[in-house]
Amino acid sequence: MKSAVLVFPGINRERDMARALRLASGHEPAMVWHAETSLPKGTDLVVVPGGFSYGDYLRCGAIAARAPVMDAVRGFAKGGGLVLGVCNGFQILCESGLLPGVLMRNARLKFICRDVHLRVERSDTPFTRGYNAGQVIRVPIAHGEGNYEADEETLKRLEGEGRVLYRYSSAEGAIDERSNVNGASHAIAGIVNDKGNVLGMMPHPENHVEDIMGCTDGRGLFAGLVAHLQRAA
Amino acid sequence: MKARVTVTLKSGILDPQGKAIEGALKSLGVDGVASVRQGKVFDIELSGSDKAKAEAALKDAADKLLANTVIENYRVEVLS
Repeated sequence: MKSAVLVFPGINRERDMARALRLASGHEPAMVWHAETSLPKGTDLVVVPGGFSYGDYLRCGAIAARAPVMDAVRGFAKGGGLVLGVCNGFQILCESGLLPGVLMRNARLKFICRDVHLRVERSDTPFTRGYNAGQVIRVPIAHGEGNYEADEETLKRLEGEGRVLYRYSSAEGAIDERSNVNGASHAIAGIVNDKGNVLGMMPHPENHVEDIMGCTDGRGLFAGLVAHLQRAA
Repeated sequence: MKARVTVTLKSGILDPQGKAIEGALKSLGVDGVASVRQGKVFDIELSGSDKAKAEAALKDAADKLLANTVIENYRVEVLS
């Protein structure tokens, strides 16, 4: 799996992401600066990592979404290439129009930095095939603006087309108000685009991939991507 | 030329910051506040003197960057 990790000023999770990708695939990812106008040849996966691009000025992800490299990412996604956006990366993908909806201020206004449980809604996608449908995983979140909102029609379409891949849940997999830490519509933690090749999620699977991190539940996402690409090759 | 672009949340979009400000105003004893919605104001200086051109450029700016039209409305005013 040849992956490219985008780097914007103010991003701070790109090295965590690169490490997780290297561990899963055995290949060193390319770090791609925001001013680039193309992606490295043979890229299988583009990752938009977390952090605070441009200090969250204007709106989170708004300025990064207009960076030159994003035109290349749009073209890559249009051609069916896999794109993963985590945390600020999810916000950037929404702002760039690659994913519908928007990430609003957390309903209870606080920045939340803690582990949460996610229910994996289906396993038949490149982004979830390392898990079983209904499986509950534990991964960290660290955001102030992760409250996913979209209009009713968009939410209906996301649900109807099975595009919600990850949902905030209890440790047992129940969807309830208490587990929905940021107040997201339908407890949405991660969604894909209509073609299913672009995933945005607020939680950080890359931070739960090694024993020293105390949990390895995030590994499945990366292992699943590697398996998907091996099968496709 | 001076211009102002005002960006506000569409009605129906939850505004937790506005709610917090509303609560703070109430606890300060400011009377008669029914509700607060928070928005943004951009004061922009433009070169040139063609008002119609300026308005078109500001609309372009708002659509491309200043507002996220999924959740926000904007208003463009050329002031002088």
